Amino acid sequence: MNAVPLFLTVFVACAVEAVEALTIVLAAGLTRGWRPALQGLGAALAVLAVITAVLGPALSLLPLSALRLVVGALLAAFGLQWLRKAILRYSGYKDLHDETGIYARETAAAQAAAAGGRGWVTDWYGFTLSFKGVLLEGLEVVFIAITFGSSQRDVGTAALAAVAAAVVVAVAGLAVRAPLARVPENTLKFAVGVMLTSFGIFWGTEGAGASWPGNDAALLVVVPAVAAAAGLAAIVLRRLRRASTAPASPAQTAPAGEAAR
Amino acid sequence: MKARLRAIGAFWYDFVIGDDWRGAAVVAAALAVTAILAHGAGVNAWWLTPVAVLAALAWSLRRAVRAQRRNGG
Repeated sequence: MNAVPLFLTVFVACAVEAVEALTIVLAAGLTRGWRPALQGLGAALAVLAVITAVLGPALSLLPLSALRLVVGALLAAFGLQWLRKAILRYSGYKDLHDETGIYARETAAAQAAAAGGRGWVTDWYGFTLSFKGVLLEGLEVVFIAITFGSSQRDVGTAALAAVAAAVVVAVAGLAVRAPLARVPENTLKFAVGVMLTSFGIFWGTEGAGASWPGNDAALLVVVPAVAAAAGLAAIVLRRLRRASTAPASPAQTAPAGEAAR
Repeated sequence: MKARLRAIGAFWYDFVIGDDWRGAAVVAAALAVTAILAHGAGVNAWWLTPVAVLAALAWSLRRAVRAQRRNGG
């Protein structure tokens, strides 16, 4: 795999997570003040940088086959989660991730919370809200960037994609000063789920000792095959959901005798 | 200390495994069988994991839909 698919996969995955983190930082900043929100953001980014600095080189020390087996298993399991959620959301069996709703809930909770700070943190609530949001979403970013980067022995490109995604989302967020509710989050999550699952299958199988027909070119079949199977599942479930929630026709609701008349 | 360790374990379980542990179990089992076939029997079972993962996805979705229907959703 060359650097372009690696960059694009990590960029899209990280952008999705950055949109979710931005919603929480905006809620903290606009209700509790920007100083504690930015302090929380900075502290979380520092923790994430330490995790990346420790885990990245440590993973690079592993033999490639062992690394790909472990990373492949983790990515396939992780990707299945993303795909499952995206398909259930698309088909209506799970509520869509609603950035506007989350923003409203976080804002209301932040406004109701008592103020109070200690040391250099002027407001613990705003700091903690921002710190937790960025750290939790950022862990997924770090996980994806490190696993993809180390499996390709190209952590630099993966890290660059992650930083670029965070910057693009931050600039967009500053421009509109509101949650990025128009981002087609579920579609992006579906695409990322397909990529995570596909690369997990590919690297896991290689790490387990099997070799793909056509070597790296097999990815050109694996990715579309996973996308097609997941897309088909989404369409079938959406139709089933619509059929089960559609109001019954008069002929179906009328008593048997009336319908026969 | 115990409670903190449990919380960390729960976080990582939720992070990697998520709502349905069966998907992760199928992935692990498929890769283990692939490795045994490759190293023990000399069989190049590259097809095993993709088939198992897609079957796991279908199984997991089916369970989620059934659970939703049972709950009246």
